[in-house]
Amino acid sequence: MSFERPMPVPTPTTAPFWNALREHRILIQYSPSTGSYVFYPRVRAPRTLADDLQWREISGMGTLYSYTVARRPVSPHFADAVPQLLAIVQWDEGPRFSTELVNVAPEQVRVGMRVRPVFCDHPEHDITLLRYEPAGD
Amino acid sequence: MGLRGEAAIVGFVELPTEKLSKARPQTFLLEQWAQLAAAALDDAGLPAESVDGIITSHLSESQLFVPSTVVEYLGVRANFAELIDLGGASAAGMVWRAAAAIELGICDVVVCALPAHYITPVSEQKPPLLTDAVYFGASSNQYGSPQAEFEIPYGNLGQNGPYGQVAQRYAYEYGYDERAMAKIVVDQRVNANHTPGAIWHDTPLTVEDVLASPVIADPLHILEIVMPCVGGAAVVVASAEMAARSRNRPVWIKGFGEHVPFKTPTYAENLLQTPLTRAAETAFGMSGLARDEMDMVSIYDCYTITVLLSLEDAGFCEKGKGMAFVADHDLTFRGDFPLNTAGGQLGYGQAGTAGGMHHVCDAARQIMGRAGAAQVPDCNRAFVTGNGGILSEQTALVLQGD
Repeated sequence: MSFERPMPVPTPTTAPFWNALREHRILIQYSPSTGSYVFYPRVRAPRTLADDLQWREISGMGTLYSYTVARRPVSPHFADAVPQLLAIVQWDEGPRFSTELVNVAPEQVRVGMRVRPVFCDHPEHDITLLRYEPAGD
Repeated sequence: MGLRGEAAIVGFVELPTEKLSKARPQTFLLEQWAQLAAAALDDAGLPAESVDGIITSHLSESQLFVPSTVVEYLGVRANFAELIDLGGASAAGMVWRAAAAIELGICDVVVCALPAHYITPVSEQKPPLLTDAVYFGASSNQYGSPQAEFEIPYGNLGQNGPYGQVAQRYAYEYGYDERAMAKIVVDQRVNANHTPGAIWHDTPLTVEDVLASPVIADPLHILEIVMPCVGGAAVVVASAEMAARSRNRPVWIKGFGEHVPFKTPTYAENLLQTPLTRAAETAFGMSGLARDEMDMVSIYDCYTITVLLSLEDAGFCEKGKGMAFVADHDLTFRGDFPLNTAGGQLGYGQAGTAGGMHHVCDAARQIMGRAGAAQVPDCNRAFVTGNGGILSEQTALVLQGD
């Protein structure tokens, strides 16, 4: 039995985020009334449910909030991915983002390190995934 | 505000655990529900006809209308029939909901059951639907699910990875003593060695064994993670009047708290300040009892890091000092801080959501004075936690004997 990697399927609400990623740009939502950025995309701002979400481009630069090294596959779909660097990145604008670290050895990863976007195109799914690598200093 | 402490756990059943990987089909979950209910009522010494409330979680045979399906099967006329979906917090969540229904005067006897022998009979005529839970744990891979779009594609699924991330962040903020983390498992193992039915009853363990076991998701070793098991557990919660007719010492539900702030820990405001902080504060406040009045604690322990954060956030030690607390205290049933005296799930095995009920049963068994070789002398008060998802939904209970 083979397990294909699960890929995201954009929805009408989230499409602007995925459309931008395809162009190697990062677009997330912002709520002017709360003065905060929002991720993941929603129809209303979390907490206040304000109806004022707008799309803004961000650089995608951030800091590694935490990570782990999955030494065993997290599911059969990721059997060939180990060791997999499961990461949480905090964007400079505030929100956190679930992702993977690439182009780095597990022993070189440090919580708190600066990280930058790596745009990974998957043309067969018409999707670009956003992974991260160390930004260097 | 809150509970008056006039409803009590009066009976319970906790089945021995078996490894999930070796389990053979037995009965359906609905049938297990009835068997568990009968066993818990028998333990309480109350007739089945006295039941007027049930609380259930999901059953594989029945996706929708679960409470009425259970009620019909049991032949109960329920004034209160609830479905609860809080993962490992479901058990503790059931107990306070049952107590609330009783104190509101709508029920006298509520059965809360979590059948968890998940390997059920199969038929070629009705092949089982392979649900996402098989591969994606608590994450949903359905179209429109935030997890399907923003978590699963990056491998952020299941439990080991996220709990590893939590532990890694802890190490960054407060430092990390892997021997203290291993000691949590080792002390609980002593308790499991004295508890019939525990998966690790016959297997002693050392700190060196834990540290020599394979790392699954850094920094967590396989022996810091629960063994997936099958089993099942149930409790009977009753009014004071019915408790007086029960054969056990009543275990009064004096206080509870519950807090549910997120699903995926990426979106936690502060990954290291768990929802239990607020839940425990509410529970102790409601009970009028203090932390140092607890004779034992039964803390949800899917991973060592869960225990560590819970001890801190429930207020048993200062934030960031959990590892020193663990190193400085004897956590066995003989010790100065008895924790998970039936082995915890790390020692007893985790039978799915019934794992949450392990902690309720642990506390009830101690307060009823039925813990046998692992009995804590003069045990009258206990603190219990439930934890669902990845520290996403947490419940606290304060219990007290007569």
